[in-house]
Amino acid sequence: MRAIETVKVGIAEMKVVVAPTVIRTCGLGSCVGVVIYDSGKAIAGMAHVMLPHSSMARGGVVNEAKYADTAVEALCKLVIAAGGRKAMLKAKLAGGAQMFSFSSTSGDMMRIGARNVEEVKRQLERLHIPVVAEDVGGHSGRTIEFNPQTGMLSIRTASQEIKEI
Amino acid sequence: MDDICNLTGMHIDVLREIGNIGAGNAATALSTLLNKKITMAVPRVQVATFAEMMELIGGPEQVVACVYLRIEGEAPGNMFFVLPPEQADRFVRRMIGDDSFSFQGEAHELGCSALQELGNILAGSYLSALADFTQLTLQPSVPALAVDMIGAVLSFGLLELSCVGDYAILIDTAIYDERQPNESIDGHFFLLPDPESFSTIFRALGVDGG
Repeated sequence: MRAIETVKVGIAEMKVVVAPTVIRTCGLGSCVGVVIYDSGKAIAGMAHVMLPHSSMARGGVVNEAKYADTAVEALCKLVIAAGGRKAMLKAKLAGGAQMFSFSSTSGDMMRIGARNVEEVKRQLERLHIPVVAEDVGGHSGRTIEFNPQTGMLSIRTASQEIKEI
Repeated sequence: MDDICNLTGMHIDVLREIGNIGAGNAATALSTLLNKKITMAVPRVQVATFAEMMELIGGPEQVVACVYLRIEGEAPGNMFFVLPPEQADRFVRRMIGDDSFSFQGEAHELGCSALQELGNILAGSYLSALADFTQLTLQPSVPALAVDMIGAVLSFGLLELSCVGDYAILIDTAIYDERQPNESIDGHFFLLPDPESFSTIFRALGVDGG
């Protein structure tokens, strides 16, 4: 059974849906897809995070959805504004892969996936939102879809079977 | 250049010319390598948000074979050579003389390094043409290979840009073999200069960086 409507979250974006709508983001590499949801109310928000810290931003307006340290809190607020209950919120996450196994790219950008995951988790912990499932790291891109009705996150990669967490 | 949305038609033309010269040289290298005539399309210069860009290149979920090189030197940036996986299979079969090779199968060290080398040659000729044209020093890194969703691999090239804004300038040049449509080469070169590199490139070519 497939829900009729799917909301797509682009890179460095975040959105909220209410069941029966499902929410999806495609082609996560080193980026991390974070889902914060209230299963009782069947509300879920998803962010497609690119970078760990907003301090990495150089000039201009900071897009909150792009950085792990700002996206988690902003997403939490969005879910609450849509009717989610703070105490009931849970999180699932996927992504943070290292797509290229060797490259002379110096320093931090190579480990960006792992750093994104670390920062997302740190922020979730700070907000007391438990991470109930995760599929992070590795070397494969992922497409993820969350169904707020069932609370399941389905994960597709280019080479493996779809899995649900 | 602080805001890439301030690009004029002149800037776009300069970037298109870069795609022309770079990919033209790479297409010649590929022609020599395969002993057949390779042509190239008119380069597209796209200024788009990251999400829009992923859609423009066929959607983030599309699986591709991708060789990535980091450009170091006076105008740093990222360079991708992207092929459909079936096409990459055909190239590699030809290069290593193994007709059963496929990237969909098990990891194959020789096949992977063959494709890396192909990407290295092509990207190297793209960059050397670009370096000649601009008189800038540009060195490619060791190539890295991935066969995966295009969104997952290309987003790596957006990290530097994403520290500055939510837009990317993508110089996209397609190459193909028009005489053999059933074995057509639908390859793309994507050049994603770092934000600071645009003014360097424009200055080197005598165009006001804005």
